[in-house]
Amino acid sequence: MSRSNYAISVSALKKSYHEKEVLKNVSFSVPPGTIYALLGSNGAGKTTTIRILTTQILADSGNAAVAGYDVMRDPEKVREAISLTGQFSAVDEALTGKENLIIMGRLRHIPAPEKTADELLEAFGLTASAEKTAALYSGGMKRKLDIAMSLIGNPRVIFLDEPTTGLDPQSRRSMWEIIRTLKESGVTIFLTTQYLEEAEQLADQIAILDRGILIAEGTADELKSGLAHGAARFLFEDAETRKRAAALLPYCRCSFDPEESGLTVFTDGTADALARIFHTLYQNRIRICHFSEITPDLEDVFFTMITKKEEHNETPNQKSL
Amino acid sequence: MKHQIRNLSDTAVMAKRCLLLSKRNPDTFFASILLPALMMLLFVSLFGNLITVEGTSYANYIVPGVLLQCIGQCSSTTAIMLNKDITSGIIRRFCTLPVRNSSVLNGHILEAFVRNLVTSSVVLLVAVPAGFRPSASLTGWCVVFLLLASTILAMSWLAILTGVAANSAEGASALSSLAIILPYLSSGFVPAETLPAILQPFAKYQPMTPIIDTMRNALLGKPLEMHTFLPAVSWCAVLTALFCTASLVLFRKRLKRE
Repeated sequence: MSRSNYAISVSALKKSYHEKEVLKNVSFSVPPGTIYALLGSNGAGKTTTIRILTTQILADSGNAAVAGYDVMRDPEKVREAISLTGQFSAVDEALTGKENLIIMGRLRHIPAPEKTADELLEAFGLTASAEKTAALYSGGMKRKLDIAMSLIGNPRVIFLDEPTTGLDPQSRRSMWEIIRTLKESGVTIFLTTQYLEEAEQLADQIAILDRGILIAEGTADELKSGLAHGAARFLFEDAETRKRAAALLPYCRCSFDPEESGLTVFTDGTADALARIFHTLYQNRIRICHFSEITPDLEDVFFTMITKKEEHNETPNQKSL
Repeated sequence: MKHQIRNLSDTAVMAKRCLLLSKRNPDTFFASILLPALMMLLFVSLFGNLITVEGTSYANYIVPGVLLQCIGQCSSTTAIMLNKDITSGIIRRFCTLPVRNSSVLNGHILEAFVRNLVTSSVVLLVAVPAGFRPSASLTGWCVVFLLLASTILAMSWLAILTGVAANSAEGASALSSLAIILPYLSSGFVPAETLPAILQPFAKYQPMTPIIDTMRNALLGKPLEMHTFLPAVSWCAVLTALFCTASLVLFRKRLKRE
């Protein structure tokens, strides 16, 4: 597939703010009609990537093309083809849902803004609240209105910056449904998220962004298969014990769990491997508070990769586990 | 040509949006009429008998100053509205549409213009029961309108600049205090010569003085004096150009930062 056949193609993108490198050499491409999820924690560079792709800021170097147009040389053409739903609902709260949609329709220069507004309200189940001001909408309804506004003018590439952050579980599910339905209509969706489950549920391709670098890319299954076949989760008395335990297992890949004293150890899935671990810990008198055997999931991929990098960054002379 | 028509129509849509927003928030509208109108009534009833000005009643004397206060007050609403647009993130949505950044700002200006004309007319009407008796000729009214329009334009761009530069809506609202105080330090409420010596140079040379003097002359039916009219119009033109350019530059910068 040539570069122009991709809905989004990005190569060697770099961006710094005040000497702080936010994006360090990011490259990826998104085939049309697919959902691409950029996964990362806060400050990983997700929003910066979206802002470059939606022509709001210029990259320091590298190339980025959206819908076949260069974001730096042809921003106007890109804007014709895209829509952005930002991290926070961007609706006029003092206006009704319908008024919000009509104004967006006029700014997109579509032929019948009122008719389109009614259709979208219907499609998003907001018809009953069409004449209410958006200030009276619930968080989920505001988000729906937000997405409805971004669909006006039939954009070919839709950018969703953390579409479900701050939503309750029920609204999150219904947002997922909306995103899946959108995909069926043939548009390309680029979304950022902090939630692994969300990426796994929705995306055809997932990329993990960590401190400005793409550390992994692939389908959810591909990312998982890069992992060991088995894993065990240990809970120790305190963080100090956990540290000692990890140091005793140099032959295993370990990842520190977010909670204080949890450790995930990856194995080849055999009972022997587990026996060896238990033996080592027992011999060194390390008390295990809790143990469970688990199948590695995407979350583990995420944490292993991020932990590996942290270790690498902090102790560059030591060989990482 | 096609692009220009499109920009104009975008500006009109943005202005309509802002008008709708201020209609939903009538408090600010009333505040920008109420405060100057109350000032007008207070000043005339408290000081009307104490202060004698040459050749006319005190009510007639202070109407231009009150109008300028009203414009300032009314414009600060624009500063707040634009600042909210920026901090709430809706501006990001507008700026990823195929709409020029300047159309977004022009929309705010157009709305401020319409709103200011309405409040100014209301203030003029309210002034009548307070004793305001204009004796302007048709040309006089045209001069008044021209000055009102230019002042509104300059003040609105100042409001845009404030809205773009301020970090919060509270900061943006500081403009209204400036707008209330500045007319006092001019020939708006007492003749500039009666101000304390230290303030006189400022009062004499600040832009509001020639604007107020020209407007007052026109309202009283006196002939147009070029030595106040030309500075008044030039001040408005220069300030508009200055504030407009600064706003556009800062706006672009802010969009990259936000």
